[in-house]
Amino acid sequence: MLLEAHRLSKSFGGLRAVDEVDFTVAAGSITGIIGPNGAGKTTFFNLISRALPATSGRITFDGQDVTGLQAHEIARRGLARTFQATTLFADATALDNVLVGYRQRTKAGLWDALIRSGRLAREEREAEAAARDTLAVVGLADLADRQARNLTQEQQKRLAMALALVARPRLLLLDEPSAGINAEQTRGLIALIEAIAAGGVTVCLIEHQMQVVMHLCDRIMVLDYGKKIADGTPEEIRQDPAVLEAYLGHK
Amino acid sequence: MTPRVTRAAPLAALAVALALPLVVPNEYYVQILTQGYVFAISACGLNVILGFAGQLSLAHAGFFGIGAYTVALLATKVGIAFWAGLPAGIALSAVFGFAIGSICLRSKGHYFAIFTLAVGLIIHLVIQKWESLTHGHIGVIGIPGPGAIGPLTFDSGIARSYLALAALVLTLVATSRLLRSPVGRTLMAVRESEPLAAAVGLDVMAAKRMAFTVSAALAGLAGGLYAGFIGFLGPEASNVEVTFNTLLYVMVGGIGSLSGPVAGTFIVYGLSQVLQVLQEYQMVIFGLALVLLILFMPSGLAGAFRRSSPQALKPSSPGRGK
Amino acid sequence: MELFAQQVLNGLVTGSVYSLVALGLTLIYGTMQVPNFAHGHLYMLGAYLSYTLVTTAGLHYWAAMAVAVVALAVVGAALERLIFRPLRHAPHLNSMIAALGVMLFLEAVAQIIWGEEFRHMDSPYAGVVSVAGLLVTEHRLILLGAAALLMVGLLLFLTRTLAGSAIRATAQNAEGALLVGIDTNRVAMTTFAISAALAAVAGSLVAPISLVYPSMGSLVTLKAFAIVVLGGMGSVPGALAGGYLLALAESLGGTYISATYQDLVAFVVLALVFTFKPSGLFKEAA
Repeated sequence: MLLEAHRLSKSFGGLRAVDEVDFTVAAGSITGIIGPNGAGKTTFFNLISRALPATSGRITFDGQDVTGLQAHEIARRGLARTFQATTLFADATALDNVLVGYRQRTKAGLWDALIRSGRLAREEREAEAAARDTLAVVGLADLADRQARNLTQEQQKRLAMALALVARPRLLLLDEPSAGINAEQTRGLIALIEAIAAGGVTVCLIEHQMQVVMHLCDRIMVLDYGKKIADGTPEEIRQDPAVLEAYLGHK
Repeated sequence: MTPRVTRAAPLAALAVALALPLVVPNEYYVQILTQGYVFAISACGLNVILGFAGQLSLAHAGFFGIGAYTVALLATKVGIAFWAGLPAGIALSAVFGFAIGSICLRSKGHYFAIFTLAVGLIIHLVIQKWESLTHGHIGVIGIPGPGAIGPLTFDSGIARSYLALAALVLTLVATSRLLRSPVGRTLMAVRESEPLAAAVGLDVMAAKRMAFTVSAALAGLAGGLYAGFIGFLGPEASNVEVTFNTLLYVMVGGIGSLSGPVAGTFIVYGLSQVLQVLQEYQMVIFGLALVLLILFMPSGLAGAFRRSSPQALKPSSPGRGK
Repeated sequence: MELFAQQVLNGLVTGSVYSLVALGLTLIYGTMQVPNFAHGHLYMLGAYLSYTLVTTAGLHYWAAMAVAVVALAVVGAALERLIFRPLRHAPHLNSMIAALGVMLFLEAVAQIIWGEEFRHMDSPYAGVVSVAGLLVTEHRLILLGAAALLMVGLLLFLTRTLAGSAIRATAQNAEGALLVGIDTNRVAMTTFAISAALAAVAGSLVAPISLVYPSMGSLVTLKAFAIVVLGGMGSVPGALAGGYLLALAESLGGTYISATYQDLVAFVVLALVFTFKPSGLFKEAA
């Protein structure tokens, strides 16, 4: 298993936002997390990407305990993520955004910058090549010099994925990739996610649109009120009475 | 601006700066010019933490004071010459910057500003009250200025103003190299969104601490030059008011822009020294200016003159959240 | 023992002033998320207004204070409406810098109007009374009583009236308050006016027993920040208790440890709190 969460919990005051969730992601798979609004999906993502400290429980990534790591440390180990509200460096160009994503792979520091060292120049060339490649992968090669804020919603989503992908992560967490874009654009994004997965990146995504999850995912976990209520293949989930209950009960 | 203009503008500014000490009417103006360069260095330092990294540090004058007192006390008590004292002053400010930054930067937003304000006051009060070391209110007198380097002597006002200018140019080269490097890009990322910066593997704390240390070192450089040039040093040099003045320079010129703080220093400090009328009403006007700037022109003069170029970092909103 | 009692009394007197200023600061921070660096300067303006009205206009002390309070409430409301409301959705840096600008402006205005020299006004209550063997000026007793009454009044206002509840609700959760239909603009303006008025009371109360000068507010602002950080940003009881505690610590520390570093107590306390609890002793209500 590439990622394992053991009895992971998060409380805000008295509220259990995530309650003793066991979860695994197999290397090379696409795993989905679904659940009604407020089920704790994004909080769960924040826990495994270490954006939030867990109240209790344990996380292992590639067999190593990463529960105590900081967000940037787990990112450097190869766990990348996007955010639900598309988050980018809005005033920087698309290229500069992706360059920031590559920074974790380069070593040049303050002194290199001050003396303009050879290492800095070498790394900059390497970073730009990687950034342009990644922009091409997500289909934004022609928009490298455009400010992120001037991209369409769909392009911004693609850019956010490029930002997460450029450092060649092993696991990519996508928080509602299809939110805020139309059906046609969603189809394009699904194709992109499939291509990313085919390229050897394990994917885990939160998604509201059921057909997207059912189509893409090898396995699905269902959260409700912070608890895991089901876990299985799309076919099993479709027939699970607890899932039906959770969705129908909420509507 | 076209690339040719961007390249020519700093050279033109430098030419003007080189000619200025020779054409101003008297020694008094040369001194103002020299002081302007020194405060501009300090403003560039504040700009690194405030403009590049988006953190409002109000301890800046404290680091200015540490640099100044290091030079002054090493010279008068131990007999260490200015040229050895200055690097020591910069180094000590940087060390304090690193240590204080490591602690203060764990607090965010408003808390960081309030925390650094308290730290700045503590540094100031310690300088003021530690009479056995600093002579308290009386201050340090008879600080020797920079000695000759080979054939170059720095006894005349004009020579000192060129020395200060050289230090400012070095500061600008350093900050511009910093800003236009992956390190500068990292700071931009941290300023715009800490969660996203961390999610792409950037060590937010290390980046902010680096900016804070550089900022303190530049304040120390300015302070050291100040002590050597004026020859007298009192605790007021580290007063919080000095921080507020520096903040004003940065805001007027343009927060986050490279040369904005220099322009801001010369406009604000220059005007306040040259125009007699202003002296009495100086702070009324500047206080008001600060409020009006933040309301109507938050990116300062640099923002007003500049159409956003691909290189430009976002000047108007250097911080987010609480 | 007498020295100790005297210092406790001094601490309570100073504490009343600190608490009144810190209360305003914490209310503004809670409702608007603005660290009002100019708050001590409102206190300074209050002191000067009372001073001027008593010494040159010949008003009675309480009448002068009343005018100062009303005037400062107007100033506070104007600050909110003209400066901090337009900045509400700007990055947090902007409102902090605006507050610093207001601070510089108010101090400069005071310097132009009243000059740099220290001013002093006499209290109509100059007599000395003996309380349990301690000699105390009447004014100090009146200050203690008036501040305590005002604090009780404020607490009643915050808990028993609709306007007060709106302020408390906003301080606890601004977005939630907006959702339940509280007019946050009005709350912010009221809060600013009340906070400035509290500062004016503190300034007017302290004017007869200390000196009045343009920068008298700077140190008080910083101490109020220390108090508010200690008591929790936005917390009313925290500001009340913190004000008295800090003043007692200062006055006892100044007597028994070192008078030279008395003013450092607040900043050292603040620095220590942040060193060990980077987001304050009490989490802000999210």
